[in-house]
Amino acid sequence: MTELQAEQASKVLDNSVTQAKPRPNRDALIALAVFVVLALLPMLTSSKFLLDFVIRCAAYGLFATSLNLLVGYTGLTSFGHGMFFGLGAYGFGLMMQKTGVAVPVAFVATLAITFVVALVIGAICVRLKEIYFAFVTLAFQMLIHSTILSWVSLTGGDQGLRGGIPRPPFLGIDLSNHLHLYIVSCALLVIGLFLMHQIAQSPFGYTLRMIRDNATRASFIGIDVWRAKLTIFVLAALFASTGGIIMALFVSGAYPEFAYWTISGEGIFINMLGGVTTFLGPMVGTALFLILNDTVTRVTEYHGIVLGIVILFFAIGLRKGLMDFVIEWYAQRRERSGERAS
Amino acid sequence: MDLDTLTGCLASSACLVTQTTSGFIIGMLLFLVAVGLTLIFGVLKVVNFSHGAFYMFGAYFAMTAYQLTGSFALAMLCGAAGTALLGLIFERVFMSRVYGRDVLMQVLVCYAFVLIFDDVVRMIWGPEFKSMGMPAAFQVPPLFIAGGVVPPYYLLLISVALLAAIILGLGLSRTRIGKVIRAAAHNPGMVSALGINTGLIYGGVFALGGMLAGLAGALAAPVRSLTPGMGFSVLIESFIVTVIGGMGSILGALIGALLIGMIRSFGSLGFPLFTEGLMYLFMVIVLVSRPTGLFGKEVA
Repeated sequence: MTELQAEQASKVLDNSVTQAKPRPNRDALIALAVFVVLALLPMLTSSKFLLDFVIRCAAYGLFATSLNLLVGYTGLTSFGHGMFFGLGAYGFGLMMQKTGVAVPVAFVATLAITFVVALVIGAICVRLKEIYFAFVTLAFQMLIHSTILSWVSLTGGDQGLRGGIPRPPFLGIDLSNHLHLYIVSCALLVIGLFLMHQIAQSPFGYTLRMIRDNATRASFIGIDVWRAKLTIFVLAALFASTGGIIMALFVSGAYPEFAYWTISGEGIFINMLGGVTTFLGPMVGTALFLILNDTVTRVTEYHGIVLGIVILFFAIGLRKGLMDFVIEWYAQRRERSGERAS
Repeated sequence: MDLDTLTGCLASSACLVTQTTSGFIIGMLLFLVAVGLTLIFGVLKVVNFSHGAFYMFGAYFAMTAYQLTGSFALAMLCGAAGTALLGLIFERVFMSRVYGRDVLMQVLVCYAFVLIFDDVVRMIWGPEFKSMGMPAAFQVPPLFIAGGVVPPYYLLLISVALLAAIILGLGLSRTRIGKVIRAAAHNPGMVSALGINTGLIYGGVFALGGMLAGLAGALAAPVRSLTPGMGFSVLIESFIVTVIGGMGSILGALIGALLIGMIRSFGSLGFPLFTEGLMYLFMVIVLVSRPTGLFGKEVA
């Protein structure tokens, strides 16, 4: 997005921005309502396919939305964000297989590991100029991928973590039960989105937008740019890692593909598909991407070509994501009705 | 970790020669890919994330030409010329649309082409591993230098790559076209105002970069196995090379590539499981101490 486009987008968004005071109570209510609707879904349909789709949406959606915190809000084009997705999947899978601790403990421990790794990698990367940042994060992704491939005794190499992840019941929740897994995934998704939305709407979130638009000015008025970038890098990593944990639970394993660079590419593509100027753009993009991917892989074995052409169509042709069009259409309609009223 | 092997190797001249040659091979191939990457970045200010695909195409073109004609020289020529043409078309039709746009868009367009190119190769040549085979002219007993084994083909590979480096370096600093290219890197608007077709320069530089990567692929074809997606690891490594050497510096690319080549070659003895890790570690050390690379200037 050029600055000009960003300006247009911010103009379009102006209506909503002026009203957007942090309203955690209202957000919490919406989140609760969404969760209730999702949780009631299994009563309406017994389609395992649909429920699986929602679980995958949760995993990819958390990953893609957290990437948007970097790309859309802070202007950090990370091309290695997928490493935290893979780290979450492997960390959680290994913890459950090797130590046999309770699920919540493994969950927290995986996030702790992600925190440390993201802190180290972020400290090295966030200082770099944008194209360097993109590639050095990608390089770290490949480092983690090649470590997974070569450390066969721990990770199973290119075979991945096989033999299933043990999922002992805790607090009455049994994750080997498909329905329970579905509810927990939905809960994690809704909580994750809620938290990320709070971050985006907080003063810190607006600091990030300022850094994106003009980092020099931000540092002149006393913002520690490096620290702010590092903070959001680590926070985004935690949410991506949560997405990876859901994925590991879903497939009951972890595979090197989860840490491969294509996951990062898909994340960027999802963001493009849905649009980076809205908070929910990446969620829309996730649903679109999964539908697209499922259809294309069923139709042809050369799905790279089809996906590539779709990406080109969006990147060179439309230059915007789907949600950007929706917002524009909504703003135009509002303007028109405003004219009529006056 | 296997430090005994490493120190043992360093003590024997035979092993030292063998490992140094293999380091040179890795380094010179990386240099050819990385110098194209750094040249394109220096002039066009975009990072060609699909650069690895040109390496891949070079190898496949060379293999096909060699199988059809049986001539090794023709195979090299086909690998280089084919990728040059591909680079020109790719730049003029697609990349030229994203200049000056957000990095996100440039990365996306290249990502799309990585997917497309890999699948195109899979379609034409099939998904399985292929090998070109060593040309008959080089199926001769290896040379023994100070007790170390050096296949003659390696010498050819190193000298061709060195020749390319020298021609490129002199061409850019001494010739008129080189001057125009350097001027276009500095101030394309002014160059264009002086009546020079900058679009042509951009296309030409991209074709040159593609050609060098294609040449590297063609040179590597007899000694490495060919598979769709083979370009990606080369791309990552050559990017590490440019980060170490400094973006936009040809000398930096050469030094960086040789350093990485030696790290890979000797690292595989001392740290067989951590060879790749060593590369990244080295990159991190350079980045932290000199963020613009060993020979990089502040990127405008």
